[in-house]
Amino acid sequence: MPDNDTTPAIEFQGVGKRFGDNVVLDGLNFTVAKGDRVTLIGPSGSGKTTILRLLMTLEEANDGLILVDGQPYTHEIRGGKRVAISEKRRSLVRRRVGMVFQQFNLFPNMSVLENIIEAPIHVLGIPKAQAVARAEDLLEKVGLADKRDARCTQLSGGQQQRVAIARALAMEPEILLLDEVTSALDPELVADVLGVLRNIAETTDITMLIVTHEMQFAREVSNRVLMFDGGKIIEEAHPEAIFTSPEHERTQEFLRAVL
Amino acid sequence: MNDFWSWDHAAAVFPDLIKGLGITVLATVVGMIIAAVLGLVVAIVRRSRVRTVTMPVGFLVEFIRSTPLLVQLVFANLMFTQFPSLAVGCVVLGIHYATYMSEVYRAGIDAVPGGQWEAAVALDLPRSRTWRAVILPQAIRNTLPGLGNYAISMFKETPFLAFIYVVEMYAAAQAYGGANFRYIEAITLAGLLFLLVSYPTSLLVRRMENRLA
Ligand SMILES: Nc1ncnc2c1ncn2[C@@H]1O[C@H](COP(=O)(O)OP(=O)(O)OP(=O)(O)O)[C@@H](O)[C@H]1O
Ligand SMILES: [Mg+2]
Repeated sequence: MPDNDTTPAIEFQGVGKRFGDNVVLDGLNFTVAKGDRVTLIGPSGSGKTTILRLLMTLEEANDGLILVDGQPYTHEIRGGKRVAISEKRRSLVRRRVGMVFQQFNLFPNMSVLENIIEAPIHVLGIPKAQAVARAEDLLEKVGLADKRDARCTQLSGGQQQRVAIARALAMEPEILLLDEVTSALDPELVADVLGVLRNIAETTDITMLIVTHEMQFAREVSNRVLMFDGGKIIEEAHPEAIFTSPEHERTQEFLRAVL
Repeated sequence: MNDFWSWDHAAAVFPDLIKGLGITVLATVVGMIIAAVLGLVVAIVRRSRVRTVTMPVGFLVEFIRSTPLLVQLVFANLMFTQFPSLAVGCVVLGIHYATYMSEVYRAGIDAVPGGQWEAAVALDLPRSRTWRAVILPQAIRNTLPGLGNYAISMFKETPFLAFIYVVEMYAAAQAYGGANFRYIEAITLAGLLFLLVSYPTSLLVRRMENRLA
């Protein structure tokens, strides 16, 4: 990407999200620059997952705007009013955003390879041969070249998650959302998955928004950490700074509990 | 000679019954194909969020389910006199069972975890592709035993077709009985033939259920 492109990859402008009476996000503002690796931390229920789900259009904000690469995503202001954007236009932005889920969510009725080539073929319209070649490269990258034709249900959790990462990358996303991608794994499988993600962080310039309890990983991969509490960002800093000398009292408490 | 059971009558009615069984099986197969396809369409339509679509379809389904199959058969046969009774019968059976099948599909679709839909959204798969490639292959697997059970139940309800003058197996038995003043052999054999088809089928369905469970 050109150095002079300062349009943020992601921008939240006064985003509010409620579930019934439960106000989860209230007038949330933040931006993520292109190529940034941002980790969201905060106590359970502070809305970290909700932020990622809003970016994936799995939830819909009640107020405010979300911009991706400077473009309104789900809502825009027209004639002074906030109006929903059509599904067709949302779709064009959405395909530039990828997500990896805590529970992998692979398609069990498809083989590993089929999982990876499904969207490139049917969303991006890439010819099958090309999609397969690219999927094989990605499987190599996540260390599962030999599992190409396996059923997903035959794989370990760690292997499934690496397939899910390959599946997300196959869409060549500009933004990758990672929601506690190692939380559902047996401890001995966590390292492989984190290794793959570290490698992606080093070899690509994908913007990453990470929710994790693996503070060591956050420290290695991200260049910014946002601490959430009560639906707001209460502290924001470089990982070295926030992990060694958090300023906010709530951040100190939170880090003492998880580190 | 035994007054209760005559092998001569049994032998005489048997060819008629086999012919009737052919019609019975035909009506069940055609009816089941209609029910399987239409039931799926209904299940998908009822999941839509457009109330102007789901409301009338929902009403129609409730209406069909709360009126007797027999009444529907006779009514449809009076309405559509230009079509052969057998064709009308198959379609009515199909529509009637589609309302039950739609519930089986609905349960199968609901059993697909929400994460599958979410993964499809995250990949920006269009909704139609999500249904076809992700949801239905998983949902239909769960509906196969239900489909089998309703096929058996439809098979056993085909005697209602006799009321619209379709000569399926039960009507054939009745016809022989009326003409010869001998019902017992015809009805007994018809019953045995129903059992001969539906019992093995139900064993097959049970095996399918166990395999999927
Ligand atoms: N679909 C939903 N319906 C109702 N309430 C919800 C829903 N999703 C989330 N919430 C509520 O929103 C709040 C924020 O949830 P969220 O999952 O974003 O938190 P989180 O920061 O990711 O927490 P955790 O660390 O436990 O994953 C919680 O109070 C949760 O109960
Ligand atoms: Mg969460």
